[in-house]
This record gives sequence, structure tokens and C-alpha cells, in this order.
Amino acid sequence: MSITVKIPAQLRAATGGEGEVEVEGGTVGEALDAVFDQHDGLRERITSDGDLRRFVNVYVEGEDIRFQDGLETAVNDGDEVTILPAVAGG
Amino acid sequence: MWEEIPPGTSAHSQAEVFSLAVESLNCKECGASYELGAAFFCESCFGPLEVRYDHSGLDAVELKRKIQAGSRGIWRYADFLPFAEGERPGDPLEPGMTPLVKADRLAERLGLGEVWVKNDAANPTHSFKDRVVAVAVAKAKELGFETVACASTGNLANAVAAHAAAAGLDSYVFVPSDLEEQKLLATGVYGTKLVGIRGNYDDVNRLCTELAAERPWAFVNVNLRAYYAEGSKTLAYETIEQLGWTLPDRIVGPIASGSMFTKLGRGISEWLEIGLVEGELPIFCGAQAEGCSPVATAFADGSDVCKPQKPDTIAKSLAIGDPADGPYALDLARSTAGAIESVDDDEIRAGIRLLAETTGIFTETAGGVTVGVLAKLAEQGAIDPGERVVVYITGEGLKTLDAVRDSFQMHEIDPTLESFEREFAPAQVA
Repeated sequence: MSITVKIPAQLRAATGGEGEVEVEGGTVGEALDAVFDQHDGLRERITSDGDLRRFVNVYVEGEDIRFQDGLETAVNDGDEVTILPAVAGG
Repeated sequence: MWEEIPPGTSAHSQAEVFSLAVESLNCKECGASYELGAAFFCESCFGPLEVRYDHSGLDAVELKRKIQAGSRGIWRYADFLPFAEGERPGDPLEPGMTPLVKADRLAERLGLGEVWVKNDAANPTHSFKDRVVAVAVAKAKELGFETVACASTGNLANAVAAHAAAAGLDSYVFVPSDLEEQKLLATGVYGTKLVGIRGNYDDVNRLCTELAAERPWAFVNVNLRAYYAEGSKTLAYETIEQLGWTLPDRIVGPIASGSMFTKLGRGISEWLEIGLVEGELPIFCGAQAEGCSPVATAFADGSDVCKPQKPDTIAKSLAIGDPADGPYALDLARSTAGAIESVDDDEIRAGIRLLAETTGIFTETAGGVTVGVLAKLAEQGAIDPGERVVVYITGEGLKTLDAVRDSFQMHEIDPTLESFEREFAPAQVA
């Protein structure tokens, strides 16, 4: 199952400048783990003790995963997962 | 417009007086330090960045004199805003020094002792957003941006469009497409590119966060958010000045993202630290609409996490379901023995009417939320009648007319005395 994970511009140094990473996975958590396995250093910046850091938002096809099943949210072939900083707005 | 202190007027050197310095951007979570650029989150932990100043060596007496000799708006507080010495900008739409009104009839209706209303609708585009936008647009110009932009629930859209026009910058303003008509009209008139998003504010915010990485624009509340947020501190400074350099006992203010609420606390803390005012941090009470109350819900649950919500409220200017500064707003309310409460749409309408009828101030739905929560706290007996309370009214009633539509009756009569007398029969004399 091919999932596209979009990386925020400020973290692209860790992906060799790539803004998108293609991975396999059945859930958001599995897809992110696959990204972390490919790119050292991203895991600790995005997660802490296995959970997303509190100022990280993750979306599947534009929908915040906190309205779904969090990291257990299912992803389908061709879905786009977006990682964004949560401190904007207001 | 900034008045330099003439040599020889003080026992202290100018170096001491002007020693307040903007140092860096620092992560509020892990403390990592960044240069003063267009950055808004920590690359290590994603925490929000905040402007750090060097307050050492300041002389409170000289600083106070300098403030009082300054401009009549927010730039009198330029020493506490994120601009390097010598770069304090003039501003054709300078906001600030809005009225602080003693609201005795409101206090009486609520059984309270001393209530003051800070009417921040009296700004150039009729909301507190002029303060944060004035700071952000000045910073955008300093950093060399030619285009400013924002994600807005309405008031920010008005302010960005107007301040960009005044500064001669291009602007893009992103809003939920179902926003109140008054707020759309009061934005489009300035010649901005007004973009209505088919979604709620949090959808708008997500898009703008993505766009900020793709376009060379200054999004005032995304990549310039650290500077923008500093503008809200001027609400605290003004309140202190207007109360004769003293503090209120309690503050009641609205919470959308929580930025303004927390910056009120930061502004007061700075002045306490420097010695410009004495006392302790007031009790902080936050106000949310029941239909969008992620911070009030977390407060009630004793949680540190604001679970996001899908907004459903007439208070659209507070309809942020995923508040960026929610955790810090919770910290501030809890550490000052305050509260974060919510009110429903009927209580919001009642709050608008209560403020209008007792003070002559017509506020928008956000102000209805704030006054509604004030009334709720008063009813709960949470406010001691001996307290001095300041209530923050952040926007103008003419922008949310639907909230008061059909809430009163017009007496329609013929243009004759008889018709008037029939409608308003004179009181019978015994």
C-alpha cells in the first residue's frame, strides 16, 4: 500500500531536501515509522515516548487524525499524510 | 514620533535607559534559541517560538517617563516590542490607547464591586487585531517581505487588509467562506486578495501553514506569529497605565487560539519584573463559546491537552477548534487560581445586550462571550465584590449584526401626535 508522507519545509534537511516520502503502511503510525526508518533524526523531532509531540499535527487527506483514531488511523493506497507544526493561527 | 531623552535629564546614562534589547527567538517548550527571522516553530521539538528580550539594567523611573512622553498608541511601548533600537517604525494606522471605561451599571447588575471595560473595538479596524497586525506588518517590512497574508476568522482579515493597504504591501487574506458578510465587506474594500475557503477556520489555518512554506510571504499569524503575538502585550500595558500604574485583581478575556490571553499575562509579568508596576499577577479568567470550547473543556476536565473540536457557534471570531496556545492559556488560568468558562449562543446574545444596555458599548459575539462568562462567574459567586475586574472587549458589534437581529422591537407609527400617544400612552396621574 503506497502512502505519500509530506514533510514540512523546515525538516527537509533530514530527508535530503525531499518534500515527499513514499512509504508502505496500513496505519498512520506504520507510515510514519517507515519514514523514520528511512531518515535518521526525524523520529525524535516528531515523536516523544512513542506519541506525537504536542505541537505536531498530522492529517490524512486533510483530516486531522485526532478526529479519527490517532496514530491507529487507517490509511489507504494513494493517501497523502501531511505533517505540520501546530503553532499557527489565532 | 519617538521622543529621545535629552542628555543630562537623568542621573542614568542613555545606555542604561535604552538597554532593553531584542535578543532572539526561543522555543517555549525546549528553550532552543533561533535568530530573529521569519521562523515560528522549533525545528527540534515543534514548540512555538517566542521573542526573548534582555531586561537587565533597566531603570523603571526613566522607562516610565519615556513611555509617557511617547506616541498616543501602541508605539509608546516600542521598548517592549520586537524591534531593534533605532528601528521603531511610524505607523499611519497606529492602534491603541483605546478607552478603559468604568462600568458601574454593569457591575451593579451583576452584583460586583468594580468593573472596567477595555473597549478595544475603538481601534482603526474595530478590533484588537490592529495591535498584532501593526507589529507584524512593521516586522514584515523590516524583513523585506512585499506580501503579507493571514488565516483569519474575520477581524484579522480586516486588519491585515487595511494595514497592508496603508503600508503599500500586497496582501492575501484567507477566511472560511461562510464568514459574516460584514467582515467580508470590511476586508474586501481595502483591495486585498480575499480568499474564501470551503471549510472551517482550522482548515484555513492548515492551508496557510502549508502555503507559508511554499510562498515568499509574511503570514502574520504563521511565520511571523512570534512577533505578531507580541502586539497583544500592549493591551496589558495600556490597562496598567489607564489604572494609574496599578493592576486589576482579575482579568476576564476571550480565548480563541489563546495567544492574546497569554500575552496579557506576559505583558504584566514583564512590567512586574522590571518594576513598572507593583503587586502580583491578576486572576486570569478565559471565555469561550460552548460551541467551540476546547480550552474550557480541558480546564473542566483537569487536562493539559486541548482536544480539538469542530466549531458550531455564532461566535465565529472565537471559532478555533485547535487552539495553538491552549496549553499555555490553561497554565495561566490555573497558576493564578482563575478559570476558563464557556457560554452558549443565547448567553452570548444576552451578553451583547447586557453590555450595550449598561455601558453603551455594542460588541460583537466575542464580546458577548466575554460578558456572558463574566456574568456566569458573578452568578457562581466566584468574584469577590471587593475585586477590581477588567473585562476585555475585543471587537465591534456592527461586524456581527445577525447576533442581535430580531432581539428588539421597533415601534412603527404614523407621523401624528395621536399615533405616538396611542403607542406610548402617558402614565396615569393618580
